[in-house]
Amino acid sequence: MSATATNIQSSPDGNNFAIEIKGMHKWYGQFHVLKDINLEVKQGERIVICGPSGSGKSTMIRCINRLEEHQQGQIMVQGIELTDDLKKIDEIRREVGMCFQHFNLFPHLTVLENCTLAPIWVRKMPKAEAEEVAMSLLERVKIPDQAAKFPGQLSGGQQQRVAIARSLCMNPKIMLFDEPTSALDPEMIKEVLDVMVELANEGMTMLCVTHEMGFAKMVADRVIFMDVGQIVEENNPHEFFDNPQHDRTKLFLSQILDH
Amino acid sequence: MSGFKEIADMPPPASTTGVVGWVRQNLVSTPMNTFFTFIGLYLIYLLLPPVLDWAIFSATFSGEDGAACTGTGACWAFVRARITLFIYGFYPSEEYWRMNLVFALLAITFVPQFFDAFPYKKWFGIFSLTGFPFISFYLISGDILGLAHVETESWGGLSLTLILSFVGIIAALPFGVLLALGRRSNMPIIRTMCIIFIELWRGVPLISVLFMASVMLPLFLPEGVTFNKLLRAMIGIVMFQSAYMAEVIRGGLQAIPKGQYEAASALGLSYWKSMTFIIMPQALKLVIPGIVNTFIALFKDTTLVLIIGLFDVLGSVQSAIVDPAWRGVSTEGYVFAAFCFWVFCFGMSRYSMALERKLHTGHKR
Repeated sequence: MSATATNIQSSPDGNNFAIEIKGMHKWYGQFHVLKDINLEVKQGERIVICGPSGSGKSTMIRCINRLEEHQQGQIMVQGIELTDDLKKIDEIRREVGMCFQHFNLFPHLTVLENCTLAPIWVRKMPKAEAEEVAMSLLERVKIPDQAAKFPGQLSGGQQQRVAIARSLCMNPKIMLFDEPTSALDPEMIKEVLDVMVELANEGMTMLCVTHEMGFAKMVADRVIFMDVGQIVEENNPHEFFDNPQHDRTKLFLSQILDH
Repeated sequence: MSGFKEIADMPPPASTTGVVGWVRQNLVSTPMNTFFTFIGLYLIYLLLPPVLDWAIFSATFSGEDGAACTGTGACWAFVRARITLFIYGFYPSEEYWRMNLVFALLAITFVPQFFDAFPYKKWFGIFSLTGFPFISFYLISGDILGLAHVETESWGGLSLTLILSFVGIIAALPFGVLLALGRRSNMPIIRTMCIIFIELWRGVPLISVLFMASVMLPLFLPEGVTFNKLLRAMIGIVMFQSAYMAEVIRGGLQAIPKGQYEAASALGLSYWKSMTFIIMPQALKLVIPGIVNTFIALFKDTTLVLIIGLFDVLGSVQSAIVDPAWRGVSTEGYVFAAFCFWVFCFGMSRYSMALERKLHTGHKR
């Protein structure tokens, strides 16, 4: 089953949004990290989120699969509202894949086992089929020859590609990327971005926290700029880079682009 | 730039490898090191000959009673004469075959599991935790299939030590895992209960736990309700050791990065699945030294059952020493008991080291 076929379908309640966030607030204790976040993501849309560190961008995408809990407002993913209901959380997590800055591969399992664990135990897929799917995805991220190795034996770029393959094995409809290239050596960033570009071109719904502006210009449908827990500005990449509206955005762009 | 030429790999200098390299690095690297090497050799020269002379060259290996031991060396004849007591305790001699069968079964089920190439490891592993304890229990205790019943009061010696530690080890690990998870749980009632349990059992000496189990507990039970002394001792040991085990495992759980929990959740794994497949395998691997440490302590702590009238290997040695026929022979018995403990503890320690090496998947950098 290709990712493209499932992404074009609309969600069960008839609207076309993959993710809808309405008036979402979040606090860490007394600290108000996210303030009045409103965001609608269409099926198949590719969104890049950028902003200074501490601006809440990671926290926001981590709310989408409930790695962080929001305290106010509404988050709908594929038409399912995120609440305390564990069943709904599980349902959403099955549809949403995530890649982390530090890969978070399981070091005690081989690359292939990393990829087959969730399909076997969450999707109840037979082992042989799960391995077949995993191998085809490892081929897609161009490391099928590393399947029998342990994560600790791979380079950072290879580990991140395994992490992407591991998420794709669950056949998600949405992919979240939390600074996927920030922990990588410059030589390895490209191999990971290539995989992500390919994924974007196939029509996967993607939310990507990244500072790779080249990637944003190439694939993003929309760029979102966040600061102090709020969405400051959002626009298509062309307008965003050439004609930023807010002073804060201009300052940020000048700092990351002119160096 | 054009002058760059890649140099092919060369072997290291000969003086840093092989036997010569090892001696240079480890024995004579500095004047101080050389000095200590010679001190060490001198100590070995002083100590080893008398020990060997006592244990082997001047020792008496056979004889009917203490009168046979006239030499200056060890009286191993005593250990030989009492070996059945040391191994089987007061188990009836015509039923020794049942105990031997259990020992054989133990060897057959566990030894193959230590070899990677053995194909049925998984099934042997399952059998050693399920079938083996039951079969062993009925073989030793009898009262089934025409086997004569043997009271637990007659169990003793090395076999009792092994039974107590086997049960302790097999039961303390899963209880410890559950208690450790409970102590880290988000649910306040479960967490509090686990903390109370752990702190209570950890806060009292094992000897008082055993004493309570054997002397005090019957006072609190209603009239006529009794249960076996050995069983009570076992429960005491398991509770006590699982509290220690829980804290060792909690240490491992705390060392697992948050990212592992998050990755497991993000893939949709439930709490129990992520614990079973992701967190616990890594946490347990990290604390293998601590777990084996607890196992070794448990193995040696079984000697404390002596104070409630059960005779483990040390207890049977002590009871044999008072025999007037072997007046003046005691060191040999204690050396034998120490040797039994040492063999098993050293075996566990080596196995844990091999296990650590095997499970090391190269993620530590």
